[in-house]
Amino acid sequence: MKDTAESYVTEDGRTIGEVILDLRGITLRFGGVEAIKNISFDIRKGEIRAIIGPNGAGKSSMLNVISGFYNPQEGEVWFRGERRPPMKPYQVARAGVARTFQNIALFEGMTVLDNIMTGRLNDMSAGLLAQAIWKGKAEREEIENRERAERIIDFLEIQHIRKTPVGRLPYGLKKRVELARALVAEPDLLLLDEPMAGMNVEEKEDMSRYILDVNDELGTTIALIEHDMGVVMDLSDRVVVMDYGRKIGDGTPDEVRGNQEVIDAYLGVAHD
Amino acid sequence: MPDQLLFAIEVTLNGLMAGVLYALVALGFVLIFKASGIFNYAQGVMALFAALTLVGIMDGQVPFEHLINAVFGTDIHGFGWEVPALLAILLTMVVMIAFAWAVNWIVLRHLVGQEPIILFMATIGLAYFLEGLGDMMWGADIKTLDVGLPQGINTTIDEATFNMFGYGFFIDNLDITATIIAAVLVAVLVAFSQYTKQGRALRAVADDHQAALSVGISLNFIWVLTWSIAGFVALVAGIMWGAKSGVQFSLSLIALKALPVLMLGGFTSIPGAIVGGLIIGVGEKLFEFLVGPLVGGATENWFAYVLALIFLVFRPQGLFGERIIERV
Ligand SMILES: Nc1ncnc2c1ncn2[C@@H]1O[C@H](COP(=O)(O)OP(=O)(O)OP(=O)(O)O)[C@@H](O)[C@H]1O
Ligand SMILES: [Mg+2]
Repeated sequence: MKDTAESYVTEDGRTIGEVILDLRGITLRFGGVEAIKNISFDIRKGEIRAIIGPNGAGKSSMLNVISGFYNPQEGEVWFRGERRPPMKPYQVARAGVARTFQNIALFEGMTVLDNIMTGRLNDMSAGLLAQAIWKGKAEREEIENRERAERIIDFLEIQHIRKTPVGRLPYGLKKRVELARALVAEPDLLLLDEPMAGMNVEEKEDMSRYILDVNDELGTTIALIEHDMGVVMDLSDRVVVMDYGRKIGDGTPDEVRGNQEVIDAYLGVAHD
Repeated sequence: MPDQLLFAIEVTLNGLMAGVLYALVALGFVLIFKASGIFNYAQGVMALFAALTLVGIMDGQVPFEHLINAVFGTDIHGFGWEVPALLAILLTMVVMIAFAWAVNWIVLRHLVGQEPIILFMATIGLAYFLEGLGDMMWGADIKTLDVGLPQGINTTIDEATFNMFGYGFFIDNLDITATIIAAVLVAVLVAFSQYTKQGRALRAVADDHQAALSVGISLNFIWVLTWSIAGFVALVAGIMWGAKSGVQFSLSLIALKALPVLMLGGFTSIPGAIVGGLIIGVGEKLFEFLVGPLVGGATENWFAYVLALIFLVFRPQGLFGERIIERV
């Protein structure tokens, strides 16, 4: 089913659409180190796509290529049916790709609400002068953005910390605020780099549920990196497996689980 | 009231107004430091350059007159027109924005991610370049700047205080105007940073570059914006100071007064720059008034630095900075 161009409906009734992001022959080098070696895979509209692999496999690098933080030396990135020229991260963000970071990148000095409001900045339609002269439009926009932010805050159940400076929050909540900031941009593609790393079991369950809800209720396409195999198998529609910068597996969780190379390289290690 | 107390009050008021100017210059430093972590050594020269440009435009000077005359053997002496102050201020602002843009695209863009000391060095180069550029464009002679701000003793205050205390306070109208303008400027800056999207973007960049990029903020845009605002602040400071003491090289030295203000207020705090400026302004005038006669005067040269040094020892993070406790 996954190789056809047409959309299909999953067992739980979600519609997976056409390819939204297509990576073709991506190679990324840091000096002599090849972090990504000639990797190709695609992401379809509406799906949850996991990227897994041992430490240092190149997963974060892959996400950084997609979000424009790194520019690959070779290969093509096709986004929404068009070949994407090399872009700056802020340009990728404005084109509808939001992300979170493995090491959390929040505005520590701002409140939760202010942090989330920055997620609306990529929609800077009211210019500076217009904001001063035509206050009405700017105000209307601000109110709209505020409403969007509040909806996401409700959705992720962080009302109680709306006015708290982010720097004071515990790790698990920070991860959730970062997700909120990415979501409020209403991205076509959401990239999550280890959204559950460092969380306890309960927090992981919460986060898993939020990710499923985001995908299901908001229809957001998600690519996520995760180490916890149980979580990956539960959440994702398709999985890419990386090892030492190479792609060693690609398919549904079941297909990947049965792949001998994957078992050797990754699951084998993990289950030692 | 005893005479000494009256004098002290007068001195304090004058100190407050001097402090406002220090605060203004310090503000220029803080803005750029917050947004890009660059300590902009050129901030004082920017004030000089802005004031030079303003005078030059108002007097209808031809930029690079000497150079043009020398190279082409011409004999140009000004356009022969005068530009009204308000228009000239606007044109100067355009020049400062162009400067901000050039600094970012020609210099800073290539230094992203370098050590702070490298960036600092770059701004030292920039300062001397700008100083030379100012000389070349507008000539090195001392100029008077008169944009029509009220000057001279404020007679209302003089009379009122004379009637009340039998002693008339000498307060300069220019100082009052400067204080009002600086207060408005600070209010506008705060409103800008709190209530506009660009202001929010600016705060975001000041907080975390990666996160700012990920929400679609162009760092280059924000840097040009902050340097433009710092250019505007420099222009205002240049106008005030220039109107007071003429436009000449020494104007760039007001930056040296901003340093102790920054040590006091912290390098990243806007309220810190304002309060710090006022404390230093009042402190140095009062100290000179009270202690100066005992030690032979001229305390204003060093008082601010000594105060800042004492402050550093007890509160290295500045008045409003967060205390830094190293993790071990
Ligand atoms: N900015 C960089 N400069 C130099 N080398 C880098 C850089 N980023 C990543 N690398 C290297 O690329 C390789 C892949 O790193 P990457 O962070 O993508 O792995 P990962 O799969 O995300 O690992 P982890 O599970 O530990 O997060 C590693 O060898 C790493 O050292
Ligand atoms: Mg990683």
